Amino acid sequence: MNENRVSIRRKLSNFYYRDEYTSRLIIMLLAVLISMLILRPGKFFTFVNFQTMVAQFPEFGLMSLGVMVCMITGGIDLSVVGVANLASICSGILMKAMVAESGSLPWYGIPVGMICGIVIGLVAGILNGALVAKIHIPPILATLGTFELFSGIAIVLTKGKAISKLPMEYSALITSKLFGIIPVQLIVFVIMAGIISFLLSRTTFGTRIYMLGTNIKAAEFSGLDTSGLLIKTYALSGICAALGGLVMLANYNSARADYGAVYTLQCVLIVVLGGVNPNGGKGRISGVVFAILVLQMLSSGLNMFPQISNFYKPLIWGGVLLLVMTLNYFSENRNRSK
Amino acid sequence: MRKKVKSLLSKHEFYISLVIVLLCIMIEVRSGQFFTPNNLVDLSSALIVPGLFAIGAFMVIVSGGIDVSFPALASLSVYATTKILTDANYKGGILLPIVMVLVFGALLGAFNGFFIARLKLPTMIITLGTSSVFRGIMQGVLNSTQIPNIPEGMKNFGNAALFVAKNQQLGLTSRMPVAVLVLIAAIALAYFVLRYTMFGRALFAIGGNETSAYRAGFNVGRTKFILYVIVGAVSSLAGLIRTCMMGQMHPTNMLGMEMMIIAGVVLGGVAITGGDGTLTGCMLGTILIVMVQNSLILLGVPTYWQEFFLGTLIIVGTGISAMQVMRNKRRLVSRKLEEGS
Repeated sequence: MNENRVSIRRKLSNFYYRDEYTSRLIIMLLAVLISMLILRPGKFFTFVNFQTMVAQFPEFGLMSLGVMVCMITGGIDLSVVGVANLASICSGILMKAMVAESGSLPWYGIPVGMICGIVIGLVAGILNGALVAKIHIPPILATLGTFELFSGIAIVLTKGKAISKLPMEYSALITSKLFGIIPVQLIVFVIMAGIISFLLSRTTFGTRIYMLGTNIKAAEFSGLDTSGLLIKTYALSGICAALGGLVMLANYNSARADYGAVYTLQCVLIVVLGGVNPNGGKGRISGVVFAILVLQMLSSGLNMFPQISNFYKPLIWGGVLLLVMTLNYFSENRNRSK
Repeated sequence: MRKKVKSLLSKHEFYISLVIVLLCIMIEVRSGQFFTPNNLVDLSSALIVPGLFAIGAFMVIVSGGIDVSFPALASLSVYATTKILTDANYKGGILLPIVMVLVFGALLGAFNGFFIARLKLPTMIITLGTSSVFRGIMQGVLNSTQIPNIPEGMKNFGNAALFVAKNQQLGLTSRMPVAVLVLIAAIALAYFVLRYTMFGRALFAIGGNETSAYRAGFNVGRTKFILYVIVGAVSSLAGLIRTCMMGQMHPTNMLGMEMMIIAGVVLGGVAITGGDGTLTGCMLGTILIVMVQNSLILLGVPTYWQEFFLGTLIIVGTGISAMQVMRNKRRLVSRKLEEGS
């Protein structure tokens, strides 16, 4: 009896320490679910609520994927929100311009608009990558600078106003549900997450960016084209951000230079929460996806308490970020001393 | 003589002064309003708050870190001070608010310092987190709203003028606030501390190479902790001055200033990787940024271009600074190779 209990405990602790970050996230996820089960059972555990939640997170989820790949190389991309807004504004303007006189969007309107957004994300990402890799500006500063730049271009394009009255077809397509169940936003996210997961685990590109993040000097001396790799990484991040922007465009059915201002911090929080090391070289996509889910549930859950004002959210996000960084610090120290 | 010219040409401060002079001339030619007394006084009074922030940001960057939390930190401590004093119906002078804001600022700075110095976590991510926490405390817990009537003593301090400048042509007048003395005193103090005290030298040593600084006997953890306490206090003081000068407390109107300040510091030739830079350069960079912000209108550029120019300035400034770091490194390596052969 006693022995049995010890072995279960050991098994549990083995399981916990095998992947500490993910285990911690699973515990947090369970904690959120259980507390919602106690406090708001009727409201939280409904099909519609879950459907809304999975339609909401792709916006910042896609941006977080971009931040993740950059952080694996030891960098960071703080310009994702700027890229997203610029992409959504440009494709919004383009789609508005393509509307025929009859008032409807031609069949090629949506793909052309989306491709325009993605290309803008790609170009923005390449610019970020070039600043980091060729001019050697520290990624934090380079991407903060390009964030201002992209937002600046977005403001100039819109003169600071919102772009609205977009053709209805676009928003209707992206916010519709496949088979009436699965939101299209979720499908976009799953496809992108799948591509990145494939790139990271099955291709030499993935292996190389992990090497780059672990030790850039060693990677360079072993003959890797580090600047090319960095540019590709930031370009990938730009594409992710642009997709996030396109989803945002559909969700709000409008675009503005200052949408999603809180997402920058939230993306960094998600990625660090998901177990990606800010110094690079470590991190898995599964952890990041878990972190996105935890955050979305926490956020949706908080919304069910009207007495908690929205202003508490930055406090909670910041607090969780600090807590996780502290916990990571202690667990890393323990591992080192082992 | 030639040597002097050469050393002048190799200095970052020389180029930034050149850019500033060119910009001045450009604005003067376009508008004819730049070198009027009231515009110059307006510019210097607009420089007070960014200048104080820049001193803090400069010290952090020299030590190899980046602090993005100072606007949120300052907003929180100034909001708390103003709120407490208005609720207590405070009637006294400016001294008590200054002391209070310095204490609050130092405490919040110590919060930053704990994570950065004790746990040795990356400064950028920690300060992103703490800035969000400070903001949440201010807007959520304290439920901040605008305070239109700040205590009389604070308002008087903000309105007190050293002298009044008058534009003969347009009849506009501008007051030079007394607070400019605070900026001058802070610059002088920072100059002295960075140059002549062990703490100041430790900042440069840590920014240059933390391990070497540690081996050379500097107490890295303590130095960093004190640094963030000081930065918290200085930023809060800047926030208080801003509130006094505006005559009312807007809780959120300082948020988002951090990038502009960091851009100014980096434009002044302060190495973003730490360990190198001068206070003169930092101030010149800040002047340039303030000028761009204040004078776009005089140039006839619509204000919505501001963010675009700011972004371009940041990228160009950091790019030049980064390339200089690279060039110096390369030169060092090639010199070593020559010596070796």
